[in-house]
Amino acid sequence: MIDPPFLAQAAPSSPTPLLVVVIYLGLLLSLALFSGRLFRGTSKDYFVASHSIGPFMLLMSVFGTTMTAFALVGSTGKSFQKGIGTYGLMASASGLIHAACFFLIGIRVWAIAKKHGYVTQIQFFRNRFESNALGYLLFPILVLLVIPYLLIGVIGSYRVLVPVTRGMFPEVFANADPLLNGALPPWVIGLVICGVVLAYIFAGGSRAAAWANTFQTLVFMAMGVLAFSLIANALGGLAAATEQANPAHLVRTPSELEITTKTGSFMREVGIPPIQFLTYMFIPLSVGMFPHLFQHWLTAKSARSFKLTVIAHPLCIMIVWVPCVLIGLWATGVFTPNAADNWPAPMIAIMGSADNAGVGKVLSVTIKFLIENPVIVGLITAGILAAIMSSLDSQFLCLGTMFTNDVVLHGSEPGRFTDRQTLWIARSFVIGVVLVTYILSLLLKDVQNVFDLAIWSFSGFAALTSLVFTALYWKGATKAGAFACVIAVGGGENIPFSPRLTAPTTASCQSRSAFSWA
Amino acid sequence: MKGLVIGGFILLAILHQDTWNWDKADLVFGFLPVGLAYHAAYSVVVALFWAFVVKVNWPTWLEAWSDEES
Repeated sequence: MIDPPFLAQAAPSSPTPLLVVVIYLGLLLSLALFSGRLFRGTSKDYFVASHSIGPFMLLMSVFGTTMTAFALVGSTGKSFQKGIGTYGLMASASGLIHAACFFLIGIRVWAIAKKHGYVTQIQFFRNRFESNALGYLLFPILVLLVIPYLLIGVIGSYRVLVPVTRGMFPEVFANADPLLNGALPPWVIGLVICGVVLAYIFAGGSRAAAWANTFQTLVFMAMGVLAFSLIANALGGLAAATEQANPAHLVRTPSELEITTKTGSFMREVGIPPIQFLTYMFIPLSVGMFPHLFQHWLTAKSARSFKLTVIAHPLCIMIVWVPCVLIGLWATGVFTPNAADNWPAPMIAIMGSADNAGVGKVLSVTIKFLIENPVIVGLITAGILAAIMSSLDSQFLCLGTMFTNDVVLHGSEPGRFTDRQTLWIARSFVIGVVLVTYILSLLLKDVQNVFDLAIWSFSGFAALTSLVFTALYWKGATKAGAFACVIAVGGGENIPFSPRLTAPTTASCQSRSAFSWA
Repeated sequence: MKGLVIGGFILLAILHQDTWNWDKADLVFGFLPVGLAYHAAYSVVVALFWAFVVKVNWPTWLEAWSDEES
């Protein structure tokens, strides 16, 4: 068990970080509700913003939806664990592959959907392969793949805000555990985060999501750069910061680092094996089948609106990831392996972990360690929440859209519902999806394996991208082939993962300390 | 032109595997490890590549096609 002295010492009493977060949420809600005034009151506007979103907002909403909080905090943690190879492993390949998906898949599905009035992927596949059954087979698989992605977002918000608010409300939220005493409990955090997202999605649908995502994306990009400049300054400048970093983290050559703690020492593998570097290039293919991204594509005003997204997406990735990877590198000099006795507990846990669990803590711990400023802690927390929420809203909306169009409307006689009724059915489903996600997130918040589900989710979407690609480009693609693809993903994906998903919960300290990723 | 675009994409995918930088710890601009500087520059080149693709291989017919009556 890991000794958590740093967290206990760092128990904050200043309400400033929470105040900054509340101001941020207030601004977000105001902006998104303002955008709701532009809402045209039709189901088409609710689902795809009447195809009216221009190039800049399309870039921001697509980038914000694609990048989860992992871009901001996971990148820093992974760089602290593995070194600078993290950028090539997870970011630069995404610039090439994501843009290829936008260019080869996004533009074409936008045109086809606009021509035929589709608002979901399943409508497209049903007509392309002339099979209702394919839609019924694909629907539960897409929903199951989106749910873990949603859950890690909501659970991630708990893991961000619990340590930040620790000690703020000792009387209202007293807890025998010193790590949780006085902190906002998850049920309150979830209620606020889900409530804010629900409010603007309910009011304005896709249009509100696009506006909110634009704001959130700008916030998390700015906060990443802010953290970078403050930490560089605290370490004596850019050159001094890199000079003090651990040399093993400057290269990608796999090596072993000995971490010495009070209770003994352990080995940590640093660097990236070339075969891992190569195979990680397939992961970004998942964006080709994200249903929430599909819906954002459909909001575009014209095919030309995609041009900026295709070109600038790799640059946006660079702006967010390079500073964060450098912060992770610099943290290896602040927390040196031969003096791990003095490390904050979360850092030892991260280096002792074989997976991504806890890597999101590096950014917050480094900021707390080097810059003891509650306003900065609040701003960075708001930036992380921005990254989480910019994906959450689109996922809530896309599930509501899918239930409405692929289940209710598809199973009804044409004209059975008026447009206004359709709109309210969609809103009801969005409320239902948010409610189910909220309850599931509270039930699963201490189950570490939820994060394994995210790997399952990404792998599934990446595998399904072959379906959309062949549907668009191969006339010879058949219904039988489409079924085989979906069954292979739905069935084959579960076999290797099922033992991991049913495995018992890992160390509880991981689920309740410092920032995590989502 | 399509061949050039496909060739460029394959070349970029190969250039992503910069095995020659794997164990280099040199610093660019005095603070950026060469392995990171290479991939940051790679991102810029990727953006330029897509700008080129958008310029020479944009499916202009799609827009008009999507506006036609189905």
